[in-house]
Amino acid sequence: MTALTQNATPIAKLEAAFAAARTAGRKALAPFVTAGDPDLATTVAVLEAVDRAGATLCELGVPYSDPIADGPVIQASYTRALGAGITLDGVLSIAKQASAKVTMPILAMVSYSIIFRRGIDRFVADAKAAGLAGFVVPDLPLEESDELDAACRAAGLALVRLVTPTTPPERAEAIARKSTGFLYCVSVAGVTGARTDLPPGLLDRIAWLRTKTDVPIVVGFGISSPEQVRAVAAVADGVIVGSALVRLVAESAPEGQPAMLAKVERFVTDLAAAT
Amino acid sequence: MPAAVAVSSVPDALGRFGRFGGRYVPETLSAALDQLEREYAKAQADPAFHAELDALLSAFVGRPTPLLFAKRLTEYAGGAQIYFKREDLSHTGAHKINNTLGQGLLAIRMGKRRIIAETGAGQHGVATATACARFGLECVVYMGAEDVRRQAPNVRNMRFMGAEVRPVESGSRTLRDAINEAMRDWMGSVETTHYIIGSVVGPHPFPRIVRDFQSVIGRETVEQCRRQLGRLPDTVVACVGGGSNAAGMFYPFVDHPEVRLVGVEAGGRSGKPGDHAASLSYGSPGILHGSLSYVLQDHDGQTADVHSVSAGLDYPGVGPEHAYWHDTGRVEYTSVTDGEALDAFDLVAQREGVLPALETSHALAWAANEAAKRPPSEILVVCLSGRGDKDAAEIARLRGLAADGSGVAR
Repeated sequence: MTALTQNATPIAKLEAAFAAARTAGRKALAPFVTAGDPDLATTVAVLEAVDRAGATLCELGVPYSDPIADGPVIQASYTRALGAGITLDGVLSIAKQASAKVTMPILAMVSYSIIFRRGIDRFVADAKAAGLAGFVVPDLPLEESDELDAACRAAGLALVRLVTPTTPPERAEAIARKSTGFLYCVSVAGVTGARTDLPPGLLDRIAWLRTKTDVPIVVGFGISSPEQVRAVAAVADGVIVGSALVRLVAESAPEGQPAMLAKVERFVTDLAAAT
Repeated sequence: MPAAVAVSSVPDALGRFGRFGGRYVPETLSAALDQLEREYAKAQADPAFHAELDALLSAFVGRPTPLLFAKRLTEYAGGAQIYFKREDLSHTGAHKINNTLGQGLLAIRMGKRRIIAETGAGQHGVATATACARFGLECVVYMGAEDVRRQAPNVRNMRFMGAEVRPVESGSRTLRDAINEAMRDWMGSVETTHYIIGSVVGPHPFPRIVRDFQSVIGRETVEQCRRQLGRLPDTVVACVGGGSNAAGMFYPFVDHPEVRLVGVEAGGRSGKPGDHAASLSYGSPGILHGSLSYVLQDHDGQTADVHSVSAGLDYPGVGPEHAYWHDTGRVEYTSVTDGEALDAFDLVAQREGVLPALETSHALAWAANEAAKRPPSEILVVCLSGRGDKDAAEIARLRGLAADGSGVAR
């Protein structure tokens, strides 16, 4: 972070990251990394590699036992991490280590089941202390979010909302109005996972959303290649790449950490170049 | 809670039963749940909907199911009179069909011709496959691979009726994982597919809809008790996994405070974590599968592994209305072990000529034990939620018996 943003709220740092990308003539790249797969120390190294490669921000996936919005790749990574004994405190501790080392803001992708269990105020306080910039909560719809919203606003953390292809227009507007940090535009009706084609109508939907909100619009689900990133970045403010990176980490981890990190850095560099 | 508010006056507009319930699901599903809520409200106000459902419940399911005096079980217990509400005599052998026919009709009203469902014991899967065959709907049933093994007759019957059964290999390979997979299917198919959830669990409005469709059990029981016995029973007992037969049985009784209501959970092998599936007895408030209720979970909110001899009770959560009834004290919840349930299966088979499902056997175990402590003037009704044919092979295996049953202790 620059000196200017050193004492800013987490959400201001997130806004600054989008602004910096804009100034550089780029769109935001937001890779997703599963915390604790294959282990917590490796995750810190992966976050550093992603940061070096030019990510604007990063989503850190908090493993959950029953992730119904996730496809097989992220599910399996959560199962492996939980099987290795990953705890929420462990995830928060590496978030703290990583956020001290990287430039990009880190947000937690976390199930509301986990937030509720810890207690909203305590969870938000713990996350803030760990240096997190905010949350994406995939199983928390608008109607259930007032309490977390209030806690996040008080703490200066972002609560990123999601709109999907099945969201009716009036509802999408209401969600966009509430979203802080950015608006997560889910590309497809379905679970997370790489797909070969961008869904028809996506670019029009983004353009329509653009007329309804001033927060950055970031597109995720199903995006895995530089070509897809380029197509989406032409109209959106940012792109999330999840399952493809999680798979790369899992598949190349057996080759040893240096080889795996080199692959991660190259993959994210190529994606960043497409923004 | 103010005394003037009836216990039955839940849920509210957001699907809250007191603090429990709600709708904790990905945004992708929100529009479909709103659509379901609207369509259900319209159907409720439509006499043609009720007429069609009632005609099916009568001629297709065989309702009303009888209320039977369990004479020899009563003699054995030596106390209160035990009655069985015979849901096992429903078409497909359990109460689950009451809900699948109702939701099937809702799906047709919404123009959705593809149905997905989860199943544990296979009773809900069979009931869904049955409704789909009757209505001409496409049917896909998700079932944990472990349950596919232990409930093979139901898997075969689903396939006979044209359903596709998809074994789920993730997680504990039981009911909870089947629900996860059904939800994931729905995430990608929600515009053309209706998810017929099989219990009073899941996001609003499912807990309310399933309770309402199952309440025919309790309404008939109230009426039969009045007609056959001249009064309401002293105690009503039902087994609780997700809790649909119990919710349907209890709901028409909750505003009759003189009737004691008891839910029996799966006590499994012991009270140690991982050894049972008794969410209300041992769990804590948490969020699972779209609603806030009691959940068996760890320190971080990760869902715990659970165990029950009964596939239909082998679930780490429970319907939010049960959580509400638990916290308000309106319903008592207790648990019985695998062994007690198996003993009750033998007892009821040999003294009443009824093979109860292993799920139901939990309620029967508690009932036989409790009846012994109550005077003969008291009446105890057990919701005999399903028949045990599906469990026969697994019981023989657990008891180390030959497949032909030789060696059964008498």
